[in-house]
Amino acid sequence: MADASTARQVADLGDRYKYGFHTDIEEDRAPKGLNEDVIRFISAKKNEPAWMLEWRLKAYRHWLTLEHEEPSWAKVSYPPIDYQDSTYYSAPKNPGDGPKSLDEVDPKLLETYEKLGIPLRERGILAGVAVDAVFDSVSVATTFKKELGKHGVIFCPISEAVQTHPELVKKYLGSVVPVADNFFAALNSAVFTDGSFVYIPKGVRFPMELSTYFRINAANTGQFERTLIIADEGSYVSYLEGCTAPMRDENQLHAAVVELIALDDAEIKYSTVQNWYPGDADGKGGIYNFVTKRGACRGRNSKISWTQVETGSAITWKYPSCILQGDNSVGEFYSIAITNNMQQADTGTKMIHIGKNTKSRIISKGISAGRAQNTYRGLVKIMPKADGARNFTQCDSLLIGDKCGAHTVPYIEARNRSAHVEHEATTSKISEDQLLYCRQRGLSEEDSMALIVNGFCKEVLQVLPMEFAVEAQKLVAISLEGSVG
Amino acid sequence: MLKIENLHATVDGKEVLKGLTLEIKAGEVHAIMGPNGSGKSTLSYVLAGRSGYEVTQGTVIYKGKDLLAMAPEERAREGVFLAFQYPVEIPGVAGTTFLKAAYNAIRKHRGEKELDAMQFLKLLREKQALVGMKDDMVRRAVNSGFSGGEKKRFEMLQMALLEPSLAILDETDSGLDIDALRVVSENINRLRKPDVAMLVITHYQRLLDLVVPDIVHVLAGGRIVKTGDKSLALELERTGYAGIGTQAA
Repeated sequence: MADASTARQVADLGDRYKYGFHTDIEEDRAPKGLNEDVIRFISAKKNEPAWMLEWRLKAYRHWLTLEHEEPSWAKVSYPPIDYQDSTYYSAPKNPGDGPKSLDEVDPKLLETYEKLGIPLRERGILAGVAVDAVFDSVSVATTFKKELGKHGVIFCPISEAVQTHPELVKKYLGSVVPVADNFFAALNSAVFTDGSFVYIPKGVRFPMELSTYFRINAANTGQFERTLIIADEGSYVSYLEGCTAPMRDENQLHAAVVELIALDDAEIKYSTVQNWYPGDADGKGGIYNFVTKRGACRGRNSKISWTQVETGSAITWKYPSCILQGDNSVGEFYSIAITNNMQQADTGTKMIHIGKNTKSRIISKGISAGRAQNTYRGLVKIMPKADGARNFTQCDSLLIGDKCGAHTVPYIEARNRSAHVEHEATTSKISEDQLLYCRQRGLSEEDSMALIVNGFCKEVLQVLPMEFAVEAQKLVAISLEGSVG
Repeated sequence: MLKIENLHATVDGKEVLKGLTLEIKAGEVHAIMGPNGSGKSTLSYVLAGRSGYEVTQGTVIYKGKDLLAMAPEERAREGVFLAFQYPVEIPGVAGTTFLKAAYNAIRKHRGEKELDAMQFLKLLREKQALVGMKDDMVRRAVNSGFSGGEKKRFEMLQMALLEPSLAILDETDSGLDIDALRVVSENINRLRKPDVAMLVITHYQRLLDLVVPDIVHVLAGGRIVKTGDKSLALELERTGYAGIGTQAA
């Protein structure tokens, strides 16, 4: 829970965004704009095989046909994005073929990670976390290769996996989120520059948390990460994704795609703390976060669990989903979405029940302050053959102040009579009584708010891995800064 | 310790306190009795600093400082404690978390070192024993699913932990069974020290049998209409408020 030290940190921050600095590094970037040549440039930079380039071009050509199909159904509004005004590739320069170890990594980069509180050398060792750090678009450092190797776990930048494990990439890339899935997924498929690749072999229950920290650094560079995680039969993995971004005046586009595949008896736990720059109090600047995240429970008794803490971005458009294909498979979605000032979030999940006795559980906590708009949008779909499918959904909204909005848009499609689908929703405000009670015991107004909101989010916070839970609680406090008084 | 002079306060534009004057010296326990609607709870909220309770006239001096100029949390950190009549639930916030945050906020204000989790839990256990609250109760969310008696015990736990110099107890005794009433009175008596002042707001004599007040006031129509020693409470019990000639009765 938030405590006095959190309060101090919040106070120290004042109005400034905590991670609002950027590192001056010479960039190696593609010319502005998007066309087939740019895609060829990216592919060539990555030294990709022909099949990969073809895949990208196919996606790009499809994207061109979607020109007028940028999704407009979400409850978010923003000026039209000029996709020709972005740069689609930028990488920090390194002499030679790139770093072989941390000692070879640009010290400036390591400094940046230090500022972000990610000392690679120590953090991994102390916390037992292997970090694959993405700086701008190219992964520059990977730790714990040895430990991973011992278990036969592959955890590397996806660009590396294209070279070293093309058979796995070919087989699974785009198998959960096809290139033609949606406007942003098609764009990502065409221009993705990096992201993580994870393969957990049969029967391996990997004991460490795999962690990636993303960070946008170059001005005007869209970020298009691509993550692919495959858990083979009987395996288990917990993956952590965390984001921070430096302060920028222009809007930055982020359109990631994450695909998860769980085979028989496998389990994937995917946790996100998202803290992209949300823009200033008037809504100037901030990241547009249009993400497609989807997991396929392909095997029997498989399980995919999404947990997200969304506090950043000017706009969040994100629906981590589960396709429950294998019999007895389980999908979970735990979400905290906090919007303050002018932020807009339209987030939720889709649970598609295909196999028999499939179960899904959705717990969503939306907090809205300032003039923000926060929407839960979720679909629970029970297919005709999904005998004995069950879903439980709980959507709670908390309003702070009287100028913000909370919206709940649940869609339920049940095509099998044996389905049990439960939906509960509440909307509440932080009461004057609760605030007075806390303040009468000596807590400042902002501490009181953080405490009450963290309490509201508890069911989600408690499913986060420990190291993330602490960070998330602090983020809750920081995100609501200035929402009281 | 506390000096209230000619206090006028309005709630929703309606004047509830109409010139209340009261002085409590360190070491004293004052009881305030009075009929419903006489302004007892308004007085406690004004002293705690609840928003919506507007002071239109008068002064409140606490330890030589203008209490009304302080934010609610500053008052708390300076030693003002209100045991609420209706303690509110805070879902999802464990009692231990809440208490540690409060305790450390006050320590920090005093320039003392904050306690870590281990030190704090040890201290809390000692205090729990005083009010008869088990670990599982303090680990539950603050006041969530607590019975009326449990809520009041939790208020007493907080008072024992935070060791205020001015404790205001707003009908802490109402709705309590004999056991809980004993716990409440024991804790009030334990806090009774030469440097602590207390204001006990109650409807009933039965608490004042266990916590013998130094001074008893009758509040009616937003004013103190009568002040006496403990025998005044007994007289009230016999005659009712009408018997002592209060207009509001």
